[in-house]
Amino acid sequence: MSSQRGAVLTGEHFMNGDVAAAEGALAAGCTFFAGYPITPATEVAERMAERLPDIGGTYIQMEDEIASMAAILGAAWGGRKSMTSTSGPGFSLMQENLGLGYMTETPCVLVNVQRGGPSTGLPTLVGQQDMMQARWGSHGDYEVIALAPNSPQECFDLTIAAFNLAETYRLPVLLMTDEVVGHMTEKVVIPEAGTIELAERPLSQATPDAYRPYEPQENLVPEMVTAGQGYRLHVTGLTHDERGYPAVVAPVQMRTVPRLVEKIRHNRDRILRYEEDGVEGADVVVVSYGITSRVALMAVEEARRRKLKVGFLRLIVAWPFPEERIRTLAAQVQGFVVPEINLGQMALEVERCAAGAAKTVLVPHAGGAVHDPQTIIAAIEEAHA
Amino acid sequence: MNDQGATTTAAAEQTTAPPVRRAKQHPKDRLLRGDRLPHIWCPTCGIGTCVNSFVEAIEETGIPEEKFAVVSGIGCTGRVAGYVRLDSFHTTHGRAIPFATGLHLGNPELKVIVFSGDGDLVAIGGNHLIHAARRNIDITVICVNNFIYGMTGGQLAPTTPHDARTTTSPHGNHEYPFTLPHLVASCGASYVARWTALHVRRMRRAMVEAIQHRGFSFIEVIAPCSTLYARKNRLGTGYDLMKFYHDNCDVRHGADTSELDIGFQSRIAVGKFVDCEKPTFLDRISAGRGGP
Repeated sequence: MSSQRGAVLTGEHFMNGDVAAAEGALAAGCTFFAGYPITPATEVAERMAERLPDIGGTYIQMEDEIASMAAILGAAWGGRKSMTSTSGPGFSLMQENLGLGYMTETPCVLVNVQRGGPSTGLPTLVGQQDMMQARWGSHGDYEVIALAPNSPQECFDLTIAAFNLAETYRLPVLLMTDEVVGHMTEKVVIPEAGTIELAERPLSQATPDAYRPYEPQENLVPEMVTAGQGYRLHVTGLTHDERGYPAVVAPVQMRTVPRLVEKIRHNRDRILRYEEDGVEGADVVVVSYGITSRVALMAVEEARRRKLKVGFLRLIVAWPFPEERIRTLAAQVQGFVVPEINLGQMALEVERCAAGAAKTVLVPHAGGAVHDPQTIIAAIEEAHA
Repeated sequence: MNDQGATTTAAAEQTTAPPVRRAKQHPKDRLLRGDRLPHIWCPTCGIGTCVNSFVEAIEETGIPEEKFAVVSGIGCTGRVAGYVRLDSFHTTHGRAIPFATGLHLGNPELKVIVFSGDGDLVAIGGNHLIHAARRNIDITVICVNNFIYGMTGGQLAPTTPHDARTTTSPHGNHEYPFTLPHLVASCGASYVARWTALHVRRMRRAMVEAIQHRGFSFIEVIAPCSTLYARKNRLGTGYDLMKFYHDNCDVRHGADTSELDIGFQSRIAVGKFVDCEKPTFLDRISAGRGGP
């Protein structure tokens, strides 16, 4: 029996990435979690089940991942900050309702602790194979925001960031972590509650008669209301006009769907986050994210000992992708090295943005383990040649 | 089928749309989105009748209208959410119940009503239906059962009676259909009733009871689909189906739900079969921590 604890566990802790993501959600004001057990994400749900009653929140274990995703959308319209967590197979099942979330502009957070696939694949072992599914997994056109933590501390910090982005831009935000980061136990420092910056969804002050649920503000994001406030709003996955009414015709599609894309592209500079080290003057830049960035850093340090000029670029926000930065670097370097635990996903983005100005060397890994740093060093040498 | 009446763009409304001639206001206009009418349902479809009973039931409960939220899935009945002037959510196919579960738990002061069809709730959404009943989640599910997929043009449903013809059972349905009251009652639903679109007053009464009921309440409404079900099975018009209900329904309150099967053009047992009190999902949570 645990004692009653507040939402923010200020202090230094020793916890794994999954638990840290759950604590990040609580610190961000999440009071609703719906999920379905799946390795290696189960610890997120377990922590939420244990902790949410402490703070008057609600936990429900749904019958599957489809229901979990639907439930967090419903809870968001009930006024809550809501979250679910899953891994590959469950992520696949969530895609349709993720699309409903993008279409209806519903703020919420989905944690995907990636494992090796396809299919049941490697339930207990690492993968980074859902990066393109995160971008394109649901049908239709939309833009996503996906963050890629590389430590338990970042699982905490970036889950808060994910909620802030979800609330600010009104969409489901993805925390694309992985089995190693999820199950790795490290020190996590949780700050004082008052020092954590939180964003809240833009709430409309308009009268019910004047309120138009899908009329965008200047930043292209519409103001929200929640059910039960007397607005009698209509929310639909059909293409809809500014009133929220179905309008299944090309002219409305042609302004509604581009806005879903533009509200992210237009605000891209405020969303993008990456970390760089020794990029200026480098001949080769290693681009990595998640657990692979920690192995890549070892390889970069070893290559520098061998007198190679190697830069390090870590994606903290994987989607939207830092296109301009890669274009700029492509004009300065001979090549990019992209190690990732898949057979080439984010490397395609690097290659697209490099557009032939610099070569892109993929360091693939089919999953189940992290890279051997030697394979990355070999790729750095290849990119120099 | 289209939503032409509602799809004129704002710009078009200002410049090219002819002035709208308003008919005399319908007595239920306050609860319907008049600006979205005409609706998409076919002449003699039973769904409109169910909506009429539903808005009357809302008034009869005396519960403030802003406390209601209607959630629908996809299909003909799935369009109900778009026509009621309440907080309303038109979700994905089969997922109205889990969305409604989240909405209810997100704000337990809401009266959350799932209004959808048999294909949506029982075929693709069947898993959610049985689990919501099992949890005794405090929501109301109104399932309009017309024995067929209407929106997609008349395909086989898990409620299609044995031997009935649909576009995907052209030689007659070889499958056994679900008996919906039996299904949800056996899973733990604490209020279960079945009426037809003919029984408008009893349907309304059942809706009032279901809305006021604490726990998972379920109403099956057998409704005519003349365009597809009646035509494919040479049963005449919607009027003929209503006449059939008139002549072939037996009111059997409290009947054993295992005896409520519906065969092709068989007699139909209607009534209230389950109405019991038991703690809801949220009651169980607020009862506090249990276990050894």
